[in-house]
Amino acid sequence: MNALDTAKKLGDKFPEALSGPTEFRGELTLEVADPERIVEICEFAKKELGFDYLVDVSSVDNYGNDPRWTVVYLLYGIASKQYLRLVTSVSEEKSELPTVTGVWRTANWHEREIYDMMGIRFRGHPDLRRIIMWEGYPYFPLRKDFPLAGKPSEMPDVAFSKTAPLEGGPFVTSPGAKDAVEREPRVKTVET
Amino acid sequence: MQETTEMGYNTKVEDDVVVTRLDAALNWFRKYSIWPMPMGLACCAIELMGTGASRYDISRFGMEVMRFSPRQSDVMIVAGTVTYKMALSVKRIYDQMAEPKWVIAMGACASTGGMYRSYAVLQGVDNILPVDLYVAGCPPRPEALLDALLKLQNKVQREPLLATLKKPGPALAKA
Repeated sequence: MNALDTAKKLGDKFPEALSGPTEFRGELTLEVADPERIVEICEFAKKELGFDYLVDVSSVDNYGNDPRWTVVYLLYGIASKQYLRLVTSVSEEKSELPTVTGVWRTANWHEREIYDMMGIRFRGHPDLRRIIMWEGYPYFPLRKDFPLAGKPSEMPDVAFSKTAPLEGGPFVTSPGAKDAVEREPRVKTVET
Repeated sequence: MQETTEMGYNTKVEDDVVVTRLDAALNWFRKYSIWPMPMGLACCAIELMGTGASRYDISRFGMEVMRFSPRQSDVMIVAGTVTYKMALSVKRIYDQMAEPKWVIAMGACASTGGMYRSYAVLQGVDNILPVDLYVAGCPPRPEALLDALLKLQNKVQREPLLATLKKPGPALAKA
């Protein structure tokens, strides 16, 4: 059974919850319409389809669009050597979806990192604390509306941060622009 | 019996005597036993290890004794990116070091934040510690670090030790 058949099998099991699979450069993606059903889909993928390894959970900030968050699960079957990507969207108002730590224990730290960097909460997570920034840091620094230079914060005896001098930056390239002058790095600041 | 007393030049004594000033002698002792505190935080620590290995032979200058206890070390070599999360730990370890103490900021990150102009990185360890020497490089070659340590030796040799003996060092003077 090749990867496409496996993905179709998962899609057939949950026809109303999953759309796809779409193929891009040999990689298969299934879209999960309702993030609340992610646990049972993952459970089926692991137990019945042999996706026993959760490679990564990551998140995308579609700043300015609705729903704002996209959460991406990258699955791998060690025996079948097949990859599968599950994608689901969460609105900014909700910013919450169920945890998959019950399916793969490795999701624990991946979900903590998403919580730390993006501020998306995982319901039922056994230990949802910040993992990289310190406890009590007030911002979520990987959000698009967070300035690259950072914001000042102060926690006596724990940690502190200041705004980094960017000398006019950050300098951002515009890929796909018409000519080289347009494409070269220019100062671009996001409104906060 | 007539006893003879040797007057003036005494060959038995004079051969083994070197005349110097007390603080110059004390500084001479100090400068050849500067024990580093390796504050290895990133890739500069790899070059720091290379400096300590046999090819570059840091023990030529009496500095091979890398002490991981701040109580036993004299110069803190901050080797690597100081994040805000690590900054207060670096400060605390510096505070635990006994006087006299010196600080070398090794590499671009420790000196200025380097290429990390971001929310997570302290823009130069001199924001929290009094730095004696900055070493340029990303990471610096072991020769560059050894050059900084030799420059530190020169600095130690010039210090007016006796005049400042009872005065607190830079860390205590600020408080």
